[in-house]
Amino acid sequence: MKRDDTKSVLLVGVGGQGTILASKILTAGLIAAGYDVKMSEVHGMSQRGGSVSTQVRYGTKVYSPIIGRGQADILVAFETMEAIRYLPDLKPGGKVVVNDYQMPSLPILSGEREYPDNILEELRDKADTLVLDAAAIARDNDNPKGMNVVLLGALIQSLGLQNIDWATALRSCVKSRFVDVNLRCLDAGMHASERMAV
Amino acid sequence: MTGNEAVARGAYEAGVSFASAYPGTPSTEILENVGTYREITAEWAPNEKVAMEAAIGASMAGVRSMAAMKHVGLNVAADPIFTFAYMGVSGGMVFVSADDPGMHSSQNEQDNRNYAKFMKIPMLEPSDSQEAKDMFRDAFDLSEKYDTPVMFRMTTRVCHSKSLVELGERREFAAIPYVKNRMKNDNVPAVARNLRVKMLERDRRLAAFTNDCPYNFAEYNGSKKIGIVTSGISYQYAKEVFGDSASYLKLGLTNPLPMDMIREFRSNVDTLYVIEELDPFMEEQIKAAGIDCVGKEKIPLVGELNPNIVRKALLDEDVPEISFNQNLIVDRPPTLCAGCPHRGFFYECAKRSDTVMVGDIGCYALGGSEPLNAKDMAICMGAAFSLAHGLSKAFLASGQDKTVVACMGDSTFFHTGINSLEEVVYNDSRVICCILDNRITGMTGHQENPGTGYTLQGEPATIMDIETIVRALGVERVRTVNPLRLNDMKEALDWAYREVHEGPVVLITRWPCVLKKLSTEDRREFRPVPSVCIVHHDQCIGCKKCLTTGCPALSFDKYERKVSIDALQCDGCTVCAQVCPKQAITKGAKRA
Repeated sequence: MKRDDTKSVLLVGVGGQGTILASKILTAGLIAAGYDVKMSEVHGMSQRGGSVSTQVRYGTKVYSPIIGRGQADILVAFETMEAIRYLPDLKPGGKVVVNDYQMPSLPILSGEREYPDNILEELRDKADTLVLDAAAIARDNDNPKGMNVVLLGALIQSLGLQNIDWATALRSCVKSRFVDVNLRCLDAGMHASERMAV
Repeated sequence: MTGNEAVARGAYEAGVSFASAYPGTPSTEILENVGTYREITAEWAPNEKVAMEAAIGASMAGVRSMAAMKHVGLNVAADPIFTFAYMGVSGGMVFVSADDPGMHSSQNEQDNRNYAKFMKIPMLEPSDSQEAKDMFRDAFDLSEKYDTPVMFRMTTRVCHSKSLVELGERREFAAIPYVKNRMKNDNVPAVARNLRVKMLERDRRLAAFTNDCPYNFAEYNGSKKIGIVTSGISYQYAKEVFGDSASYLKLGLTNPLPMDMIREFRSNVDTLYVIEELDPFMEEQIKAAGIDCVGKEKIPLVGELNPNIVRKALLDEDVPEISFNQNLIVDRPPTLCAGCPHRGFFYECAKRSDTVMVGDIGCYALGGSEPLNAKDMAICMGAAFSLAHGLSKAFLASGQDKTVVACMGDSTFFHTGINSLEEVVYNDSRVICCILDNRITGMTGHQENPGTGYTLQGEPATIMDIETIVRALGVERVRTVNPLRLNDMKEALDWAYREVHEGPVVLITRWPCVLKKLSTEDRREFRPVPSVCIVHHDQCIGCKKCLTTGCPALSFDKYERKVSIDALQCDGCTVCAQVCPKQAITKGAKRA
């Protein structure tokens, strides 16, 4: 069996940013659309404000749940510096969706290091990069905490998966009172990507 | 579902009646999910040994039972299970060992497959969630048929990866009526000698069965040049790399190994690779059986495997990577959360000289990192006080003038820390024992424990009061303090440093984890008011004193030379405000 159609998606961010929820919605939608899907996440100590990653692989038949270095088709970074940290995981020629959102880590907070200021330029230089201000888009859609779903929308658009029934997938993963605002964020994320990709 | 959810489902389908566990990454969600099935009595135990013993008792009473733990938890539970392996079961009994290759959240990466061989019990290793569910269900039949406990060995990537699972129905079993049988269940030496012989005989029968077990199967593809023996998650990596260009012997029942099957497979392929994570568990046995294979000469002994590592090791192929400016990466280590009650404790401890700080397993492991840097060592669950005891006795005997302070959390104290404290009291050492009681099991994601007053299902339980226990053990010098009040914390430590010359001292720091969903009792006791700290920039002199608390809500602007506080993260604990020499930080109400 050929597995050439397997796509590898790497979602990275800082513990607490909601990468796991975004991957859950993504996984639910992909399964409903008939793909074989594997998702892998890491729990425990690294969640305490550390760098986190969630991996989603989908296709006709998926074996490994994890993505080796240089093997991700697309990298979605919920925080700017995390995009560069995980860039070695991206396949040369792969895509990056990056949130223009900075969360300084401890060495930066303490003034020992500075937040690197030319990350976006380096990303654009090295990969097909889409930069998004997900925080602003989420705020505009009355859901300041919806950054993760905005980024999910942009990811879906970048993968060309917008025809899947994402509303149902989203409903299966979030509490009913948050469905509407999140649907708006998802939609805004998809369109932000469309606009900027031109 | 995840592998952990799938195991819980397998337990449900197998008609399991009793389940017990102690939380530990990557196994924690197994019992949490078992607890959602009303048909199963599921309980958090104080530690893994107790969980195993409770499950053994339930098996003896004639029902299907299970226990779950992380790899190092099996070290704690090894005592009962080694002997239960002699005795055999009444109701089927299966326990999960969730190993952590790569040490994502562990202090070692021991390969627990060795235990199954050591204990002479069958071991199953699933490769994905569907297998986790099916194998766990079927493990109970195996257990009952061969009169043996069964080890179910998972790894982080099987536990925490999601894949599709087809569900089945639950089978109900009537309990096997209890009959007293001392020759099976009372392992005095005279009985055990007989059982040892029976166990070896069982091992021979299992060695025959494993060649017919449907979870061990060969997958011959077009090419027979390369044959691969593999199990668990390594099977997925092998398939990812070799696809149809190799043939596979996929093993699910890996103790005892199906040596006849392996021999036959070997005769059908040109080269035999053994792909397994960590120890050469299969490889050594295969080689000892005189079967030629290639394994750890090429596959690393350390850490997790992944498809790239397998590709590099066996095909010598590199995967191209994007090269970029590495200087753009700044470390992002895990930190104690903003508002964490441990911060006050470590901040005050870090200032003391000639102190040796012994840590333990839990969030407070992070107290050793910069800038707090308030820990010398840690080894395993519940060890802090006993380690400290040995240190203290040896320091005294060898004339080294050190104060030994040891700390562990509430759940760790109930786990095995109580024993450790008994040592300090009974053998009378000069240790300051600190119990960091944050009213929950924190690091593993907030599980109840004997001190919280609730069960796994959130039903009320007896609250075991730590101070009462400590006093009952005979400790006379005990104080409970709010660690977020630095003056109180400092004063308590001053007192402890004085008193410890007279005998053991116990300090209990009591404040809930900032992430805890507070219980009614917590609200009554701690009366939380949502609040946030702010820095008045006109008063901030940029001395960076507050940054020495290591709070992730604080940041320093190099150009303005001022500190700011992220209102989203800040919980208003005021540790930074108490440290500020200029009173530039004040507490205000948190906006909704």
